[in-house]
Amino acid sequence: MKLVQGTAPVKVASRRVTFAHLRDREEWLGPLMIAPAILYIVLVVGFPFFLAIYYSFSDITLGSRSLGFVGLKNFAAVFGNTNFRTALWNTFVFAVGSQLLVLVLANMLALALLKDFRGKWFFRLLILLPWVAPISLGTIGWLWILDSTYSVINWTLQALRIIGPKARLIWLGVPYLAMGSIITVHVWRLLPLATVIILAGLSSIPRDIHDAAQVDGASFWRHYFQITMPLLLPVAMVALLFGVVFAFTDMTVIYVLTRGGPYDTTQVLASLAFFTGVVGGDTAEGAAISLYLFPLLLAVAIAFLRIARRSEVT
Amino acid sequence: MATVETRNIRKSFGSVQAVNGVDLSTKEGEFLVLLGSSGCGKTTLLRMIAGLEKPTSGEVLIAGEVVNEMPPRARKIAMVFQSYALYPHMTVFKNIAFPLKAQRMGTEAIRQKVEWAAGLFGIELLLHRKPRQLSGGERQRVALARAVVREPAVFLLDEPLSNLDAKLRASARDELQQFQRRIGTTTIYVTHDQVEAMGLGDRIAVMQHGKVRQIGTPMEVYDEPADTFVAAFLGSPPMNLMEGKDCLVGFRPEHFLPKEAFPMTGAAPVPFRVTRLEYLGADRLLYGVLERPFPEQKVIARLPSTVSIPIQPGERYEFVVQEKDLRFFDRDAGHRTEARPLVAQFA
Repeated sequence: MKLVQGTAPVKVASRRVTFAHLRDREEWLGPLMIAPAILYIVLVVGFPFFLAIYYSFSDITLGSRSLGFVGLKNFAAVFGNTNFRTALWNTFVFAVGSQLLVLVLANMLALALLKDFRGKWFFRLLILLPWVAPISLGTIGWLWILDSTYSVINWTLQALRIIGPKARLIWLGVPYLAMGSIITVHVWRLLPLATVIILAGLSSIPRDIHDAAQVDGASFWRHYFQITMPLLLPVAMVALLFGVVFAFTDMTVIYVLTRGGPYDTTQVLASLAFFTGVVGGDTAEGAAISLYLFPLLLAVAIAFLRIARRSEVT
Repeated sequence: MATVETRNIRKSFGSVQAVNGVDLSTKEGEFLVLLGSSGCGKTTLLRMIAGLEKPTSGEVLIAGEVVNEMPPRARKIAMVFQSYALYPHMTVFKNIAFPLKAQRMGTEAIRQKVEWAAGLFGIELLLHRKPRQLSGGERQRVALARAVVREPAVFLLDEPLSNLDAKLRASARDELQQFQRRIGTTTIYVTHDQVEAMGLGDRIAVMQHGKVRQIGTPMEVYDEPADTFVAAFLGSPPMNLMEGKDCLVGFRPEHFLPKEAFPMTGAAPVPFRVTRLEYLGADRLLYGVLERPFPEQKVIARLPSTVSIPIQPGERYEFVVQEKDLRFFDRDAGHRTEARPLVAQFA
């Protein structure tokens, strides 16, 4: 809204800026309301991010007081390290594995929850629970479930006679089992969000389209893969993008369950960066590790958002 | 080609009876219209015939076979939806080809069939476009082409013209009828628009509250309404209904004319005081009340522009209705009863 310039009453009004006046002036109100969000992003995300970039090109350590520019030396040193390359590989296994599972399971759950049945609200609540619980608390619960001595899974497997009465699976102590365990817990945690997003996508497809596909003679799989899935794609891409970024950058599950062990078989870039930069004190190298995948993630994010926009339907 | 039959079919959603015992049977190649206001159950009935809705009780027969347990794809039907329900992510070609792909037809055969169907509706040049790049009329043609392409035994159309603007609707109606006559497939067409129903249908089934009130040719349902609902539902303005001594007397507004227009008949004059006049170009609508000996009741007269007798609001005129144009209905049940002398009703 524009005020008429140069008349006496306007000058008086602009001198007394009360909230009531502010409410009517969008050119002030808009920036004012978005300011906290911008401040938050600048201080908590932007500042550390640029600081990390700066550190990754320097020779800073936790104890040093000097800050010299060393160019790409940290990145080269990191890539020469076997631990790093193991972690890089693990990161991809962890991220791709968990996201594939999340996508398939979330689709199945969402399709099931779309149908009407008794007690639907109860199942919706149950499925949402892992998302509501704090991550670390939930993961500590899993720590007990996967414990080498008290594992309830082992107990169940023994009771069902799938493994012998004396046999025990060391869930977090054997390389493949440990990777399987952290993927499982990560899937458990991301599934609710993905399910809710996909459920929203499914319910936004008009019923007529499904009816038409049914009348046109599509079998269940043809219907799903040629009608439902393409129409779901824009929304599924958003869910996948969240999931991928989460899987590549988060380390809560790994930190609580395995700390990267056994023998670094569950070490991912995020946890390696933490152990190198914070625990090990080599801040510069830690920064370099954490930034290694940034260009890749950026490219993935742009690609996903593009696909989502292109497949958007009216 | 096939016929469709429903036997005492019912559908309830919770405590709501959407379709309440409908017996219907089409003839071979017939164009049958289900006509009714919104919520009368006509779409639910169509969806049950399509297999998209399961009847609570009763049977659906297609080509003499009970199809209650068959999924839609096994019923050899094609349906056109009110929203057209085109697949938004597919080109027009792929939309039309979809039912054929579902039948696992070969690529070359599909291409030929799609081109044939597109040719029927003049959309050959749109085949590479996406639905969102089409106008309403074009989308409707694509939906029809998709329905025709696998040569179904029965066509089910759910208000396919209601999303078109008025001008386009008239021409689409014309094309639709020509096309149906040409391919001769049994068609069931749902609409709430009586002009569409009268213009398109071989027969019309007038529905109300989940029941069929009357089924007959457009002429039958208009000229010989089975009850007061059908009489008042069809025609615009609807049939005038007067309360007589032991029955309701009905006559169409276009049959209620100034005495001078019928110099020959000996019909008794009806005094009519005009209160309002609407000039509609082709007709004049006269709103007014009857006067003694008739009950003081509001009626409408519709004078074609060929009747040029001057009429002024506020004046009293002598109008007549010919005996043959009078319809008599039961006062309580509303169904048609035998004709009787008019004068005796209002003596």
